[in-house]
Amino acid sequence: MLNKKFTLNVLSAFALTLVTNAVFALTPAEQTGLNISIEAKKRDIGWQDSSADMLMLLRNKQGQESIREIKIKSLEVLNDGDKSLTIFNKPRDVKGTAFLSFSHPVAADDQWLFLPALKRVKRISSRNKSGPFMGSEFAFEDLSSFEVDKYSYKYLNDEEVNGVMSFKVEQYPVDENSGYTRRIVWLDKLEYRAQKIDFYDRKDSLLKTLSFTDYKQYLGQYWRADVQSMVNHQNGKSTELRWSNYQFKTNLKDSDFNRNSLKRAR
Amino acid sequence: MALNKLNISLLVKGVQLTLLAVLFSNTLSATEFEFSGKLVIEQRQYFNEAQYSHQFDNGQSSAVIEPEFYWSFNDGVDSLTFKPFYRIDNQDDNRQHGDIRELAYVHAADEWELRLGIRKEFWGVTEFQHLVDVINQTDGVEDFDGEDKLGQQMINLSLVKDWGIVDVFLLPGFRERTYAGEQGRLRSSIVVDKDNVQYESSAGQEHLDFAIRWAHSIGDFDLGTYWFHGTNREAILAPTLQRGELVLQQYYNQMDQLGLDVQATLGDWLWKVEAVYRHTSAENYVASQAGFEYSFIGILDTNIDLGLLIEYAWDSRGVVDLTEVEFGKSGSTFQNDVFFGARLAFNDMQSSEVLMGIGTDLDHSAHSFLLEGNRRFGDNFKASIDIRLLQSSDSIEPAYALRNDDHAQLSVEWYF
Repeated sequence: MLNKKFTLNVLSAFALTLVTNAVFALTPAEQTGLNISIEAKKRDIGWQDSSADMLMLLRNKQGQESIREIKIKSLEVLNDGDKSLTIFNKPRDVKGTAFLSFSHPVAADDQWLFLPALKRVKRISSRNKSGPFMGSEFAFEDLSSFEVDKYSYKYLNDEEVNGVMSFKVEQYPVDENSGYTRRIVWLDKLEYRAQKIDFYDRKDSLLKTLSFTDYKQYLGQYWRADVQSMVNHQNGKSTELRWSNYQFKTNLKDSDFNRNSLKRAR
Repeated sequence: MALNKLNISLLVKGVQLTLLAVLFSNTLSATEFEFSGKLVIEQRQYFNEAQYSHQFDNGQSSAVIEPEFYWSFNDGVDSLTFKPFYRIDNQDDNRQHGDIRELAYVHAADEWELRLGIRKEFWGVTEFQHLVDVINQTDGVEDFDGEDKLGQQMINLSLVKDWGIVDVFLLPGFRERTYAGEQGRLRSSIVVDKDNVQYESSAGQEHLDFAIRWAHSIGDFDLGTYWFHGTNREAILAPTLQRGELVLQQYYNQMDQLGLDVQATLGDWLWKVEAVYRHTSAENYVASQAGFEYSFIGILDTNIDLGLLIEYAWDSRGVVDLTEVEFGKSGSTFQNDVFFGARLAFNDMQSSEVLMGIGTDLDHSAHSFLLEGNRRFGDNFKASIDIRLLQSSDSIEPAYALRNDDHAQLSVEWYF
């Protein structure tokens, strides 16, 4: 009995060493990758809250289009993931549907859906990160806020993308429910803005590419791309996000992100 | 046949409440107006000939209009919603009916919210039965699942606290349930009388009902509990002679109900429990619906999600022979029943979805089967197919009365 306990102690001590090694003994490329990501996050801290309108243009291989009209309100939460309220306006059959999310860097997000026809608030499972958002080429995880803890990193090299010199960094999702084995992100060296992301599926083949264009700066600090264009290389479909009416520091509070605000969201 | 007396008095009450509210909000600035709604065309086909005389055979055609008018003032802090509803039906006079689903003013402050007028409030977590949902009356002629509700006039104060949300409801005025008419299908052998409704309370339909509910989310758990005091939404139907005809007379007693609903969201599992304790002058009972939902994400390397549901219903009243029940007591339909469901979400551009459910009574012969499929067409249309089958060989089961009412329904909805 004692012996067994001793073995367990030794084992856990050993495991602890392994973990600490994993945390501290980063290769220079991993350290650089992490540093770049920390810097990118640091430059995007302090916006407090934001709201914006999103037009989603879905296109299939045959060129048929479908539109989604969505409003997103976000509240910055320091030392945790952000809170967000997503309100659907189009297609019209889902008008009034709203989605409340408390995201967490590593733990599962808390998510609620409001269904206006039944006036029902449903807590939903947040495990479905890899599934398509509203039938688009964006997965739920592609639209969630960037948190440093969500990935481990490796800096690859510098490369020019969209005419700007960029850091090319590989990101490995920590969450096992992610639909990706890795993402390759190009962040421009000037402002640390994502210019392009390649997504690799669970079989490690190139699945999608997301390009960011028409960056605008808000409050003299925060950069947001007006257009995000996602192309799926495997099924030939694409989705374009067009953002407008970006507003920051509009005094949104915790109380704008609860069950009651979910039910009356417009 | 248009708006009946009740609807008119309801409208007047709703308008009074809403006007009162608008007077309260002194400065109406920066008004935003939105108009939307839907138009539905629906065709039902019954597979078997009617069981009772006067009922129609074969098809039933119907159309619904439900516009919504929405005004918001003071940057969304105050809002006014008006949502009338009307259905025309070529077979059942009772199903051709109108209602005010919503006519309400809402004022939202940081820590509280006041909602006045005619509204709908839903409580609960389970899918196959909505035991704890008690504020609104069921619009029984609308559909088979009892999920359609009549607008309820209310004064609702909602308080947002660190320890949860507390909702207080004052419900002036009661709505009587709608039932299929003499020509209608999906009814028992005796027709429910729309008139001569009896109440236990001397205040009758004017009884002021009261409810208080607490709801909170703690980690993976969503909890809700409430106390309701007022008119029972479920009528006791007593066979009586009216104008020389045998009809079912509606009798609404008073009840006190404690309700509890809990959902635990643990990874791919949703665990759900609903329970009520109901006290009336004739009986006390406990009923519960509990089960789980498990989701398979992206099955067979596609974008399709598969959800599996199992729920169990229990009722302390046990098996009750409705033909021999003592007056004032009510029977239970789901006293030892199990339900299985499967939901396929295709996650495609058209949001295609298929839902299947089977219910079976473990004490005696009664089974139900339902299949629902829907898909969007273009940006503004949606089509749904519903198939409902009911089978029973036991005369004490409510499903026995409906055993010839298997049907399929096709509906096309246009959203504007």
